[in-house]
Amino acid sequence: MTDNTTPADEPLQAIQALQDKEPSKPPRSRAKDVWDQFRKHKGAMFGLGFLIFITLAVLIGPWLYQVDPQKIDIRNKDFRPIYVALWDSDARTGWNKPFGSDQLGRDQLAQMIAGGRASMAVGWAAMILSLVIGTAVGVAAGFFKRLDGFLMRMTDLFLSLPILPLLLLAVTLFRQPLRANFGPEGGMFILIVTMIAITSWMPTARIVRGDILAIKEREFVLAARSIGTTQFKIIRRHLLPNVLSPIMVSAALGLATAIITESALSFLGVGFPSDFPTWGKMLADAVVRMEEFPERVLLPGIAISLTVLSVNYLGDGLRDALDPRIRGR
Amino acid sequence: MLSYATRRLVLSIPTLLFISFVIFMLLQLAPGDPMAQVPLTVPAEVKEKMRQALGLGEPPLVQYWKWLVQVFWTEPKVFIDWAFGTNMTEGAQRVISWQTRSPVMDIIIQRIPQTLWVVGTAYVVAILIAIPVGVYSAYRQYSVFDQAGTFVTMIGFSIPPFFTGPLLIVIFSVQLGWFPSIYDTTHVVNDWASFKVQLSQMIMPVMVLALQITAQLSRYMRASMLDNLNQDYVRTARAKGLSEAIVVNVHVVRNSLIPVVTVIALGVPAIFGGAIITEQVFKVNGIGQLLITALFANDLPMVMTLTFIFAVLIVLFNLVADILYGLLDPRIRYD
Repeated sequence: MTDNTTPADEPLQAIQALQDKEPSKPPRSRAKDVWDQFRKHKGAMFGLGFLIFITLAVLIGPWLYQVDPQKIDIRNKDFRPIYVALWDSDARTGWNKPFGSDQLGRDQLAQMIAGGRASMAVGWAAMILSLVIGTAVGVAAGFFKRLDGFLMRMTDLFLSLPILPLLLLAVTLFRQPLRANFGPEGGMFILIVTMIAITSWMPTARIVRGDILAIKEREFVLAARSIGTTQFKIIRRHLLPNVLSPIMVSAALGLATAIITESALSFLGVGFPSDFPTWGKMLADAVVRMEEFPERVLLPGIAISLTVLSVNYLGDGLRDALDPRIRGR
Repeated sequence: MLSYATRRLVLSIPTLLFISFVIFMLLQLAPGDPMAQVPLTVPAEVKEKMRQALGLGEPPLVQYWKWLVQVFWTEPKVFIDWAFGTNMTEGAQRVISWQTRSPVMDIIIQRIPQTLWVVGTAYVVAILIAIPVGVYSAYRQYSVFDQAGTFVTMIGFSIPPFFTGPLLIVIFSVQLGWFPSIYDTTHVVNDWASFKVQLSQMIMPVMVLALQITAQLSRYMRASMLDNLNQDYVRTARAKGLSEAIVVNVHVVRNSLIPVVTVIALGVPAIFGGAIITEQVFKVNGIGQLLITALFANDLPMVMTLTFIFAVLIVLFNLVADILYGLLDPRIRYD
């Protein structure tokens, strides 16, 4: 830039000064910022990795390890896992049963995979359903003033219900009719997923309502309204994307709660039918013979705990990464 | 504040009535029949009479009304009779359990001490651990202690009690033989030796529960401390030349405790509700275990009354938490 310019072409010069050839830094998208912050959280990275691993294991595991989890092989019952041979060479172990077999000779590895499938399916389905209910209630209460009082009273009402007793109650009450209509496994799946969702949507609804109330008053919503955008388009295009981050965090926490609740129900004996393995049920069945076969408690227990731990860490990392006040520090 | 409390208290009555109505109607759908255990040789008309005696002949709404009268009118009178030796409820119909044919309230009163001992102790232990841990890990954020604390709370969140319970039993009862795996509720504490026995049988269930509660509380405490440590009043206190111990322990901790106290209050109903799973694992015959056996035995009056008591406690302590919040934090004004 030179100084010997005439006043006439000063504005032109100023504009040229603004037109740098290229930006000093390449542009960064919000997604990349979030990902960079997320990557710094070691626990969250571990959580994401383990969750992907366990999901792949239960999804493609049955193709790689083609043993029927239900097949009863009474001659080969009570095998110990293969690693027991390291310190106890007399133990009944075999490479064909890497995790051993239970008291009916059913293969434990195949059961773990099938059980994980059931637990993860229930967890994801219940989490998604509860998010849908929670978001719908939260958006409706935050956006439509007329619905606010009623919906929030209802949320309070649901929050003051004793959850676990009611869950047990509903499962024992509706087990028979649903089983008759949808088969023993399908009926229980529908029942457990619905009950977990119905009893866990309230925190999401509260958070979403709070955020919607704040965002609704912002200028861009006013602008959208002033050009005649319909209410549903405002919700879809302007409000929902802005409340996505709290929804994602509560999704992670919801998945963890759903997996634990399903396992707890199975543990108490009101979950899936007895020949349908889930992690909680395997754990509950094995507790009576825990002294002789500790691995039958440990393996499903560790599977549940690690999955839930990784989901919780994932949620923690997401919360940090999606919070613009923390991001970039 | 008083008018707010009164209004909330009055509002909670319709809420509770609605909850009880919903639970009652839910139970009406129950498939089980209390007469299922009666032998087939008993004639149908006798069975019908037995059904009437259990109060099953009436339409649901009448049954609901009678239950309401029994719970809100007869049972308090029974309590007054018991407390002051009066005699108001001679022959009055009380809520009867279908399992034992004795009044539901009597059974609940028998079971409450066990639950209070185990779950209540766990709660106290958890509070005593969680608050110092939360304070220190917030004060030294990202230190080794904080990282370790965060990891332990994550574990406490993630490992379900039906896994930690059996795990502790295997380690401490089976392998080491230190503690009994079953909680003996008939044990009477009358001297030092029996107190030690009581202590040793309480340690494992208390630890399982305390791990969970500590995890939640210390996270709240840490977050609340972190919010407060950067506030201007802390800088002012330091600038006045107060010692660091006073700044943290008097100024910051007291202010950070406000939200934590309400969280603690919200958790109190869970003490009475009993820990269903932990009680099941350690065979503590408390309230939670009572509920689950009643559910499996189709004992509807018991289930109804217990669930309703839980709901009352939850609503009540929600109110207590809100009022405490207003009392402790002068910035919160309800009007």
